[in-house]
Amino acid sequence: MKTTLLTLLALVVMGIGHAQEKNKSVSFEVKGNCGMCKSRIEKTAIKMKGVKFATWNADTKAFEAIIDERKCSINDIKKQIAEVGHDSEGFTAPQEVYDNLPECCKYRDPETQKMDHGKH
Amino acid sequence: MRFPLVTFLLFINVLSYSQFQVSGRVLEYSEKGKTIPVANASVYWLSSTIGTTTDFEGNFNTPYQSNIRQLVISSMGYRSDTIPVNRPNLGNIVLYPNVVLDEVVVEKEVAPIQKSLFKVQNVVAVDSREMLKAACCNLSESFETNPTVDVNVSDAILGAKQIQMLGLNSPYLMFTQENMPSIRGASQVFGLSFTPGSWIESIQITKGAGSVLNGFESISGHINTELMKPLIDKRFFLNMYANNYERYEFNSRFNHNITDELGVGLYVHANLRNGHIDDNGDSFLDTPLANQVNLMNRWQYLNPENGWVAYANIQYLADDKEMGQTDFDPDTDKLTTNAWGSEINTSRLDLSAKLGYVFPDLPYQSFGFQTAYSTHDQDSYYGLNLYDINHKSFYSNLIFNSIIGSTQHKFKTGVSYTHDTFGEMVNTTAYGRTDNSVGAFFEYTFDNLEGLGFEAGLRADHHNNLGNFLTPRFHLRYSLWDKATFRASFGRGKRGANIFAENQQLFASSRQIVIDGTGGNYYGLDSEKAWNYGVSFIQKLYVWNRVLDFSVDFYRTQFEDQIVVDWENPREISFYNLEGKSYSNSLQVDLNYEVLQDFHLRSTYKFFDVATDYTSGTLDKPLQPSYRFFVNLSYETPKVREGAQWRFDFTTNWLGRQRLPNTTANPEEFQLPSHSSSYMLMNAQVTKVFSNKFECYVGGENMGNFTQDSPILSSNDPFGTYFDSTLLYAPVLRSTYYAGFRYKI
Repeated sequence: MKTTLLTLLALVVMGIGHAQEKNKSVSFEVKGNCGMCKSRIEKTAIKMKGVKFATWNADTKAFEAIIDERKCSINDIKKQIAEVGHDSEGFTAPQEVYDNLPECCKYRDPETQKMDHGKH
Repeated sequence: MRFPLVTFLLFINVLSYSQFQVSGRVLEYSEKGKTIPVANASVYWLSSTIGTTTDFEGNFNTPYQSNIRQLVISSMGYRSDTIPVNRPNLGNIVLYPNVVLDEVVVEKEVAPIQKSLFKVQNVVAVDSREMLKAACCNLSESFETNPTVDVNVSDAILGAKQIQMLGLNSPYLMFTQENMPSIRGASQVFGLSFTPGSWIESIQITKGAGSVLNGFESISGHINTELMKPLIDKRFFLNMYANNYERYEFNSRFNHNITDELGVGLYVHANLRNGHIDDNGDSFLDTPLANQVNLMNRWQYLNPENGWVAYANIQYLADDKEMGQTDFDPDTDKLTTNAWGSEINTSRLDLSAKLGYVFPDLPYQSFGFQTAYSTHDQDSYYGLNLYDINHKSFYSNLIFNSIIGSTQHKFKTGVSYTHDTFGEMVNTTAYGRTDNSVGAFFEYTFDNLEGLGFEAGLRADHHNNLGNFLTPRFHLRYSLWDKATFRASFGRGKRGANIFAENQQLFASSRQIVIDGTGGNYYGLDSEKAWNYGVSFIQKLYVWNRVLDFSVDFYRTQFEDQIVVDWENPREISFYNLEGKSYSNSLQVDLNYEVLQDFHLRSTYKFFDVATDYTSGTLDKPLQPSYRFFVNLSYETPKVREGAQWRFDFTTNWLGRQRLPNTTANPEEFQLPSHSSSYMLMNAQVTKVFSNKFECYVGGENMGNFTQDSPILSSNDPFGTYFDSTLLYAPVLRSTYYAGFRYKI
């Protein structure tokens, strides 16, 4: 009896350990340049179901978010961000979307990095 | 972080157009440290042949190249510079000789008064640089260069500077110090002079309903002051000031960082007004004799790693004033008819603490707890009138911040508790009151990220004297088009009036006090309740390559219940419950522009329509200018080595005619016209900054020397029937000139 209970308890604990987290911090790199990119990336992410908080740093290119894993995944976000023009590992933005980005946001051209994007 | 972002967003749209001309001026430092123009310097767009050269004055103009955005400035013997072009006017660009390897930084400073395009509420943010523009010895005087708030003087004897917003007196405003209520109850009239200007880091002025977080009392607006923070403040600051009427001020701040997370500050203020001034020859002092000692010890703890933030403050103040006839000697003449005199002695102790925690893994979630205790003791007499007040206050507020689903939907919720006890002695009548209130609030903020945002708040309070009631507050912001924002707000406020503390000038007159009570909880009177509605529009534009901002707002305050303060019978002052209507309409139009490089113009026109149903009929609010027109001009020379520069500042205020309380019951010699004439006041200041450590300033107030003729009625018979110092519409004091210095390391 005791062993069964313990096993059950252990299973429950493991189950919790494996459960999808409600407030999972995720972080990955997203390509982009400037404040306009920042606004586009963050807006796209935050409007997704399950994304609670999103921030992108133009200097480090680090995208950080807090998500409800039961409602969305890292790949969902990467996919959505690629659809508005920003590449991340494993997801590339469609060419026509990229081509429509404003000049200063065309991050695939290294020359654009030199542009001044203001302080932000 | 926020301001650079705002600036960036402002310029981002400019970047997308190409018809702009980019201009600037190329300078170098002479051996004496002065800037001189560099003529014939070449100015060209990076990796292109498009460009120009500077003229004899160092000026250049070149069409904007949206695909390049980097401008190269070069000249023989100087280090070339590549400048990112993020605005049409690059201002002064300083070239350094080849040997100097300093970096050139082209920066646009954020204006010291900011109206945000992005905040949901209509907030004017004022930083400490703005406060350097006025003589600015305390909080009341710091508004003299600010058009949103009006400063006026309570009466011809006390000379207390009071402020108004939207045509309503300061009791209808909510004051907070670091978001905890201050300047309320007993300190209503003099409290603004209890916060030294040099302790203030910034001020946020919210017009209209305000938020539900800080309570239910605010009706026309909310003014929050943030004090200097020990961890980021300078280690040492010293300011001394003197004026031609023997007013001396001493301000100092010492800060020490015990560890990187814990800082302690000791702030000291002392002032002395020693001038026996009677320039108008009415036998009364034009300005009080006074001295004040004000001390604060402040602790700040900030640890970004574990998410805890804490503050603790203790402040002690002793303020003594003496007023009245020049030959009055308190030792022999107090409470006699030898001579009319008055003394107001105040001591006050404030204790406060704040504790905040930001969840390290959830940056959008935090809680904060604030608590404050104060005891305020005022012992005073005015001629033969006695007035003492003691006010003890306890406040605490617990706030939880988080989100619903995502950061597009934020909320703040919490509970608060306040406890106030008042003990008053008015001549021979004692009044006592205890106010207790418990409340809960919830505020939801929505941002659709496309320009629409709103903030909806509701609080429910249980108050022993005001009953159970709800306080709704709502603010909305919408971006209409590029750099244009529309805002609207409404909200309700409720309060109990402290009729004596708020109208203390009445004691400096022979008026009889009449309270027409009906059994209410406040001196037999009811509470006050009002709705405030407002709309505002702000547009920022480029005009000749410089930022122009234009804003217009309209606010209406409509009282449902009010304690009418009736000065219309010159024999008495009466207080009664409003029957009928009482409202205040205020319209404000602002136009701010950088006319020339570093030369700023700020202008404001305000129109007021404030009326109340008195027992004698509907009348405009007395002593309220029908309009105010404000112009501020400021110029700063470019900073040279170690920040040295000159700063010039000039302010004028036109005040429209004011209705004077009815004096027709007086003998002809003590009658005043129905309205005062309009008049103008001028202030100016010049600051010489020698280095980042040391600066000196001189300035003048009321430089046009405008004063009110015979500000005190029947001043030669102060114990007679007609004595009255409360009918003041213009300054008593003539031109004031002052000088001071600031030293900081």
